Amino acid sequence: MNRRTLLASAAIALAAPAAMAQDEPVKAGFIYVGPIGDGGWTYEHDKARLAVEEHFGDQVETVYQESVPEGADAQRAITQMALSGADIIFTTSFGFMDPTVEVASKFPDVMFEHATGYKTADNLSTYSARFYEGRAIQGHIAGSMTETNKIGYIASFPIPEVIRGINSAYLHAKEVNPDVEFNIVWAYTWFDPAKEADAARALIENGNDVILQHTDSTAPQAAAQEAGDVITFGQASDMSEYAPSPRVSSIIDNWAPYYIDRVQAVIDGSWESQQVWHGIGEGMVEIGEISDAVPEEVRTSALELKERLASGEYHPFTGPINRQDGSAWLAEGEVADDETLLGMDFYVEGLTGEIPN
Amino acid sequence: MITLEKRPQPSRTWTFLAPVAAVLLTMIVGGAMFALLGTDPVAAIRTIFWDPLFNPQFASYSRPQLLVKAGPLILIAIGLSLGFRAGVWNIGAEGQYIMGAICGAGAGLMFYPSESVLIFPLMILAGALGGWAWAMIPAFFKTRFGTNEILVSLMLVYVAESILASVSSGLLRNPEGRGFPGSRNFQQWDAGANRDLVAGTGMHWGVVAAFIAVILAYVLLTRHIQGFNIRLSGEAPRAARFSGVNPARVVIFCLGTAGALAGLAGLFEVSGPAGQISIDFNSGYGFTAIIVAFLGRLHPVGILLAGLLMALTYIGGELAQLMLSVPGASIQLFQGMLLFFLLGVDVFTNYRLRIGKREAA
Repeated sequence: MNRRTLLASAAIALAAPAAMAQDEPVKAGFIYVGPIGDGGWTYEHDKARLAVEEHFGDQVETVYQESVPEGADAQRAITQMALSGADIIFTTSFGFMDPTVEVASKFPDVMFEHATGYKTADNLSTYSARFYEGRAIQGHIAGSMTETNKIGYIASFPIPEVIRGINSAYLHAKEVNPDVEFNIVWAYTWFDPAKEADAARALIENGNDVILQHTDSTAPQAAAQEAGDVITFGQASDMSEYAPSPRVSSIIDNWAPYYIDRVQAVIDGSWESQQVWHGIGEGMVEIGEISDAVPEEVRTSALELKERLASGEYHPFTGPINRQDGSAWLAEGEVADDETLLGMDFYVEGLTGEIPN
Repeated sequence: MITLEKRPQPSRTWTFLAPVAAVLLTMIVGGAMFALLGTDPVAAIRTIFWDPLFNPQFASYSRPQLLVKAGPLILIAIGLSLGFRAGVWNIGAEGQYIMGAICGAGAGLMFYPSESVLIFPLMILAGALGGWAWAMIPAFFKTRFGTNEILVSLMLVYVAESILASVSSGLLRNPEGRGFPGSRNFQQWDAGANRDLVAGTGMHWGVVAAFIAVILAYVLLTRHIQGFNIRLSGEAPRAARFSGVNPARVVIFCLGTAGALAGLAGLFEVSGPAGQISIDFNSGYGFTAIIVAFLGRLHPVGILLAGLLMALTYIGGELAQLMLSVPGASIQLFQGMLLFFLLGVDVFTNYRLRIGKREAA
């Protein structure tokens, strides 16, 4: 190789990266708390990732890391993803909050999106879904269909998100069935099929003929199927393999529109830090098909409720509502504000038992 | 005909060769697994073993992370190795790690927001005590009632996990955390933070403690009568008893030391890399340390190397997931192979392979 070609090739090598920067695809990274095959929470986030890929084609490249433990390992996983050249990183579990804040402060040029948290920065947004709207519909169907008037609820952790769901489901079950009683089991896990199955079986043995769950596996569905005469609802994902019964409907997290929107913002250079909390109306919360196992009139009223929620005409927390201890919370016609909902740490009147503390 | 013949003495060559052979076999079979998954096996192995150390894009970050990851593994494995040498099978280091973290964090948070310099030493003490006390439960039952320490210590891991979940959403919950579970973040509290001693090196107090533990364990085992007693109890229990070694004392010493070191590891982790007590705070260090202890031949220096190697497979495994999109479970499988092959190859330490006619005895 003579000197001239050497120089020429050096010039090309120098010029190439600059030229490529224009066409280089935007890289979107996703940090998952569970395996992508969990059939629930992480599965839906990954489905949305694939939707991003499909929507943008060659314009966007995605990477992900699954089963990232919350804690020290999360910070490393996020940092390595940022180092690998990601332009936007979605961290999809509450427990990733502090690590995301930490890494975001070190990579000001990378945009971060943290699901279900409350800390933001110039390059860190938060997003979450108003699942309690879906819970209202669940409660409505559950209250209408229970014959024993006992509804079992597999709760994960005593955090506002979960407590909100319980309250919303209970209020709407009680609205259609004043005798309804909620039995809540705290599983202290988001995903543990064995534990969830045990909880479901125990609840069924105690006469609960509806099982609601705020955990991500399909184990409670399987337990209900085994017992027969018990109905359940898909959580996070449709879980339609258990339809038409025991799974009679579901709450589906649909993150795809939001992810596409945010990646587009990065491409356009219009990304800005924000806090969003979207519900049925925006399409972030979807209600899975209500199966034939549900009587026609219940289905009709449930769909009607969904319409009212979607249009914003009705809010699931509309007074009069008292707290569990009997003190007044919302007056007649008053609607709960987001601040209270985001920090909800109390049961509404009628629920029994205590929130573990 | 192929037969295995017991060696009169464990082979020294194979003692050193077995871990190396296990790593090589893991690379080969693991590579085949990656090939079956449709990933270039050479790229996968290179990403796991080479990139964390030398990839220009990641190495400056991941090299210090090796220490962060290896620190608790080494610290716990050193404690466990003493017991394993004496035939005391503490499988519950994970629980002792959790309790150390809870006690240490709790002791510190009692004085929040004080900025006294005594807080961090107090936390270290409480962390060691917490782990020690948790290990004393199986020790007590074993020495008093002859219960099996494997079962008791293992079951106590699940008890500790439940306590962790409870304090995360109750006793130690951050009062300013909007009702979410998890304690205050130690990284945001100077008096309780276990930061890098030199920024960006990954060298925090837990790593320092791990190195000190390696040295002390080495001295104990080679120079001290207690170390001799431990080795004797494991290798020749009857001889140990005849020579006046009190077996109950050995059990209490081994479990206590392992518990205290695991507790320390928990404390350094919660005040350092993890930052806070949370429901999923424990990430399996207590169990992985068992592999590290055996991979390191229960020898302090071996454990140091094994801890670093294990950390490498973790960080390299994460990079492989990120760069090559291999499933997370395949990395766990890969790590599992390491122990599997080690145990398999270890046969040659105690047995000799004979090919040919069996000689008359």
